[in-house]
Amino acid sequence: MLFKLSIKNIKKSFKDYAIYFFTLILGVAIFYVFNALDSQTVMMNVTSSTRDIIELMTTILSAVSVFVAFILGFLIIYASRFLIKRRNKEFGIYLTLGMSKRKISMILFFETLFIGLISLTVGLGIGALLSQFMSILVANMFEANLTKFTFVFSTSACIKTIIYFGIMYLLVMIFNTINISRCKLIDLLHANKKSEKIKLKNPIVCTIVFIISSIVLGYAYYLVTGGVSDLKNFNEILKPILLGVISTFFIFWSLSGLIIKIITSMKKTYYKELNSFTVRQISSKINTTVFSMTVICLMLFVTICILSSALSIKNSMTSNLKTLAPIDIEFTKKFNLTEEYVNSHWNYNKNMIEDSKLPLRESISNFDFDLEKYFTDIVEFNTYTYGIKIEDTLGTYLEESKKKYPFLRYDMEERFIKLSDYNKVARLLGLKQLSLNNDEYILVSDYSGWVPIRNEGLKRNTPVVLENNKYYPKYHECQDGFIEISSNHVNMGLFVVPDDALNESHKSDGWLLANYKENTKEGKQKTEDIVRKLDGHSYAQLTSLEMTTKLLLYESSVGLGAMVTFIGLYLGIIFLISSAAILALKELSESTDNKERFKILRKIGADEKMIHKALFRQIAIFFMFPLLIAMIHSIFGIMFCNYILETFGNEKLLQSIIMTAFFLIVIYGGYFLITYFCSKNIIKEK
Amino acid sequence: MENILKLEKIEKYYGNKSSLTKAINNISFEVDKGEFVAIMGASGSGKTTLLNVISTIDKVTSGHIYVGGEDITKLKGNALNKFRREELGFIFQDFNLLDTLTAYENIALSLSIQNFSVKEIDEKIRRVSNQLNIKDVLNKYPYQMSGGQKQRVASARAIVTDPRLVLADEPTGALDSKSAKMLLERFNQLNEELQTTILMVTHDAFTASYATRVIFIKDGKIFNEIHRGMDSRREFFDKIIDVVTLLGGDLNDAL
Repeated sequence: MLFKLSIKNIKKSFKDYAIYFFTLILGVAIFYVFNALDSQTVMMNVTSSTRDIIELMTTILSAVSVFVAFILGFLIIYASRFLIKRRNKEFGIYLTLGMSKRKISMILFFETLFIGLISLTVGLGIGALLSQFMSILVANMFEANLTKFTFVFSTSACIKTIIYFGIMYLLVMIFNTINISRCKLIDLLHANKKSEKIKLKNPIVCTIVFIISSIVLGYAYYLVTGGVSDLKNFNEILKPILLGVISTFFIFWSLSGLIIKIITSMKKTYYKELNSFTVRQISSKINTTVFSMTVICLMLFVTICILSSALSIKNSMTSNLKTLAPIDIEFTKKFNLTEEYVNSHWNYNKNMIEDSKLPLRESISNFDFDLEKYFTDIVEFNTYTYGIKIEDTLGTYLEESKKKYPFLRYDMEERFIKLSDYNKVARLLGLKQLSLNNDEYILVSDYSGWVPIRNEGLKRNTPVVLENNKYYPKYHECQDGFIEISSNHVNMGLFVVPDDALNESHKSDGWLLANYKENTKEGKQKTEDIVRKLDGHSYAQLTSLEMTTKLLLYESSVGLGAMVTFIGLYLGIIFLISSAAILALKELSESTDNKERFKILRKIGADEKMIHKALFRQIAIFFMFPLLIAMIHSIFGIMFCNYILETFGNEKLLQSIIMTAFFLIVIYGGYFLITYFCSKNIIKEK
Repeated sequence: MENILKLEKIEKYYGNKSSLTKAINNISFEVDKGEFVAIMGASGSGKTTLLNVISTIDKVTSGHIYVGGEDITKLKGNALNKFRREELGFIFQDFNLLDTLTAYENIALSLSIQNFSVKEIDEKIRRVSNQLNIKDVLNKYPYQMSGGQKQRVASARAIVTDPRLVLADEPTGALDSKSAKMLLERFNQLNEELQTTILMVTHDAFTASYATRVIFIKDGKIFNEIHRGMDSRREFFDKIIDVVTLLGGDLNDAL
């Protein structure tokens, strides 16, 4: 009997449950898709280093899944509480008919069970389909060949999804039972009848609060953009975040009062068609949902930032490689290692001291490897150190800089390179050629964190002393350039000086850059495989020689890019769904009240077109309001993310913002439309 | 005298062939301009259905209804809504005020959906609030008002558009006797001074006694009809009670 009642209830209220169902199914599907990612990659033909990154990615994704499960759990409990509230009267009738609270709990138990089963089945089905598309995306990301398409179903992801959602549904059941056991019959029966009390806020207080919170918000914006260089540690980043959250809350709080004040004074607009009704509806809703509005706004903000940053990291890392790793391979080793140095650096050992006295080429030939056989365009050069540190090259700016950026390391040793060597490298790497007078130096750097600081030192014409000769900067700003291949801009500073300025006894590192002789992709891969095997040679333990190849950089940056993208997508979509679902549920749960109100409008002669327009506007503004503020936040948030992620490059920001907008429009817009059509259905006259 | 409302042999059936309910069974009557007509009947007599078909909320099964000479049973869609908002004013038992709007805005709404200008809206509301004595509550929300005040605001909303016909469905049903009396006196005043035509449905003899004519309905048919004529309200009330008694005490809750 209870069983039947439950089924009938679900059937009956399917329309009301539509958004709930939709959200659950979407949640299940996304959860499955991202947890099944590793099995999508199993059949892909990728190198072992890519495989390692995929493994790392799956580990991180499953950790993120726990967090996602918490968010979804809260969302589901919140949503089910909403739906229960709407049915208070129904439960009241059950109770007056003599049904015990325990039995009502049982009805709810069965309902949750059915909804859980249906949403899991449908969600897993959709998830399994979606993950097939996902494997195309994954293959694309890792640039692997998807030679043949096979339908993959991940049992482990399926079981994981069932367990996680099972726990969530169990929690919902417990919450429902507690809810039912606590409620009173009289409240249940009269739940629909309470008329809304309009709490009017004092407009003067609202204005003051609005102005203050705008100023505070502006200050928080300033902290993360203009004043970002003053943020020195994690605790200080909390300050603008906290200020932002609080001021967002108060902006919503004051705006709801202000808007009504402003629009009511615009009489021409206010007393046109149903505008007065719409405005009041919205303001009363925002009034009663200040807290959720704040949460939703912040979630949207985080979504926008995560999505756009993640996508831009991925985009710019791949594009960076083309300019920052224009050659195939780079070798580097330390010269003249001392016992003291070896002992204080974990990645060196005493055995390497002997080798550090040898020229670089000799070290390589000790690997029984013939450079000339495989490589072309070989450029070999040295860099030098003189015990000169960054703090010595900033001149009078040092004190100011230390005050401004106390957490930077000023004791790193400066590196020097001969002009002729640099020009050789520059030719190979496609960089600008440099020229110098006898007493000049040029500082080359592409690390945007250091460039402005170094420029201050150069502007002060700070000299460096090498072998008792003084050299002055030729340019008063850093020149763009680098000597080591990398996926990021990492050259913190390199001094180019005349050839005779440096003494061979001060050489610290040896470098060798080259291209592979093979031109085809397969040929390059063959050379790459041979080169990578060198690591297993017995001499590897006896030398500080290190090797970086373009392909290695490529694989790791592609892998890292893909990882960041997937995690960003995962979190972003979940946040987006959660905030949109909360808004939609809020709107729909009030549809019963609205139904009465729209009935009154009909009775006084408003036609359907007018009513639909009013409903559309009401929902649209309700959805747009938090999004608008989130977008304003995001302008500054993205700027901040950019600053933090500067080393990754941000060249493709616009592209990723467009992608983010696409996700926003599809998911958020989708929820908006569903809400509109559901509400329209609910207020429809029978 | 100008004929505002004319019902011609209207019938309204519910259900199907096997179990047919005749909610209205061949009713015809006319209402002239400036009349205040009360329709009385017990629950289930068909009086609310009658009001619903006149107000175009419901459709008749057969027959014709003319408002100002126009056959409203032939209207459809937006023409219906237009007719409803321009020709009719409604007063309901449960007020039907929007709880999110102030009294002023509630009244203004019925004008703004007819695209009146802000100036006109304000003028009309000032005038009607004088007539119904609700100037003090114009800036209050429904929850801040008494039942009587709410019903007067609702009445103001109904008449502010100068409708040809005001339809009132148990307007005193949710009011205490003092508020009810005050409201009905306002109705009389509107009727006499502004020549507002009012058609009111009630099951309460006291309420009905404020009308100039009372039509009694039983089982979907007109049972009786009495005019106030030159009687005092008290005498008219007694006559109504007589008919109610004749109706077989079905309306005993009217006392």
